Amino acid sequence: MIARLPAFAVAWLLTLLVTLPAQAQSIVATLSTENVPILSNFTGERIALFGVIEPGNAVRPKDGYDIVITVRGPRGAVTVRRKEKWGLMWLNLDARRYIAIPAFISILSNRPLNRIAQAEVRDDLRIGVDALIPPQAASRAANDPVFRDAMQRIRRQQGLFLEGDDKVRFITPLVFRADIDLPGAVPLGPYDVEVALFSDGALAARSNLKFTVSKDAVEQWVAEAAHRSPILYGAATSLIALLIGWLASVIFRRD
Amino acid sequence: MEIYLPIAEMPVDMFLILGMGMAVGFISGMFGIGGGFLLTPLLIFVGIPAAVAVATQGPQIAASSMTGSLAYWRRRAIDFKLAYVLLAGGLVGTVLGVLFFNQMRRVGQLDTVITLSYVVLMGTVGTLVTWESARAAWRKNDKNAANRIAGRHRWFEGLPLKMRFNRAGLYVSAIPLVGVAMLIGFAGAVLGIGGGFILVPALIYIFRVPANIVVGTSLFQILFTMIAATIFHSATNQSVDLFLALLLMVGGVFGAQFGARAGANLRGEYFRLMLGLLILIVAVRFATDVFTPPREPFSATQTETGR
Repeated sequence: MIARLPAFAVAWLLTLLVTLPAQAQSIVATLSTENVPILSNFTGERIALFGVIEPGNAVRPKDGYDIVITVRGPRGAVTVRRKEKWGLMWLNLDARRYIAIPAFISILSNRPLNRIAQAEVRDDLRIGVDALIPPQAASRAANDPVFRDAMQRIRRQQGLFLEGDDKVRFITPLVFRADIDLPGAVPLGPYDVEVALFSDGALAARSNLKFTVSKDAVEQWVAEAAHRSPILYGAATSLIALLIGWLASVIFRRD
Repeated sequence: MEIYLPIAEMPVDMFLILGMGMAVGFISGMFGIGGGFLLTPLLIFVGIPAAVAVATQGPQIAASSMTGSLAYWRRRAIDFKLAYVLLAGGLVGTVLGVLFFNQMRRVGQLDTVITLSYVVLMGTVGTLVTWESARAAWRKNDKNAANRIAGRHRWFEGLPLKMRFNRAGLYVSAIPLVGVAMLIGFAGAVLGIGGGFILVPALIYIFRVPANIVVGTSLFQILFTMIAATIFHSATNQSVDLFLALLLMVGGVFGAQFGARAGANLRGEYFRLMLGLLILIVAVRFATDVFTPPREPFSATQTETGR
């Protein structure tokens, strides 16, 4: 992180220097919705992103522009545990803790990332799943890449880390669209969407958008009640249980 | 049809959960147990976080034991005095259990604790019940054997604080009763089980309470322990999912009705043998989790969400 920051700044400055003399390229992008409500029948959502490239009078890239969209969910700490043999048993004995890990990552692009820009460029710009995961937090053991890989593997299996290198489609050479697919178990909270424009392997422009995933009325009300007045919530739940139990005995009474 | 659970924060298949509630309700009605020991693992298996699965057992078991208690109450098959003594121990155990549950969750060892406890607890109880009932079924014609057991003096019979329980036909010290109930209350809060599968055999084998009184008394005791567990879990860890509980309750009460009818036609020894085998199966299922090399040794849990 510390080593990366200056390099990142330099890259940014270089980009500015290269593009400033000419009129800068830019992107205008918009999302089909800025609020994703979770209703009781929520099983996932698709958000459409539309964008237009303003080429200015900069040199056009020879094989067209590239777009990389990074969708990032709310960040939080993640503990990765490893089961190890302990006598005859397999128990969670070893663990690594990572902080500020996005609960959801989706990288959408018009072609594979390694063909859009060099690895160093992508790392500096923090593009790609791996580049978005900070190293582990202070812990008792040395930084172990096995844990980092495991976290990515598990999150990919859960559908929370996604990469789609054909998800951005150009409608015309300067107009593109992409579908951001959110799974049913999508984490709640604020999401950042970063649209990056690449021209000949270098960053040409960026644009940032936001959307929020939140529970809808009933679900929100239940969750809030559980947190705001927990004892009342517990008592009410118990009461409902007693009522259902009693109802059943009335309905099914045989004697 | 999928439904989104507000506390678990994930969608589940409504009919799958209803079906699970019904299947477990059937078994629960048949044996007079809450069925939490089957339902908790099933819920964890479909991906519900362990904390939510355990905490949500409370209302579900309360609903099914309410139905059961009412039926046994009408048949005058509950010894209320015995139930109150058990309840006193059960409540203390539940409070301790919820505190322990929250502590383990903080340390990050909740899943291991749940798995290991299931193996030890259910392995022991399952083996005991199966062995005892198989032996009983084997020599059910041997009248002398039964007499020998009944006449034997037990260590707890010398304890003070003796109480008389008329309906259960019991004259025994309250100390071991409260002790057993406390242990079960503790296990119940930590594992999301009502504890009927321990209480029923304990009352039958240790205290020699007649089988017709045991089930009603146990259900009545469990009803109140589970209400307490629901409120304590809600108050301390906010993991009780109302929607999940509703689905399980509705499925459960239906299943329980059919289970109770099926149970009425079962003979005592075979009834216990089946219960024992069922408990053993769950224990073995958990044991394979612990004793075989895992396919995916890693697990990742979101421990906190910073905004």
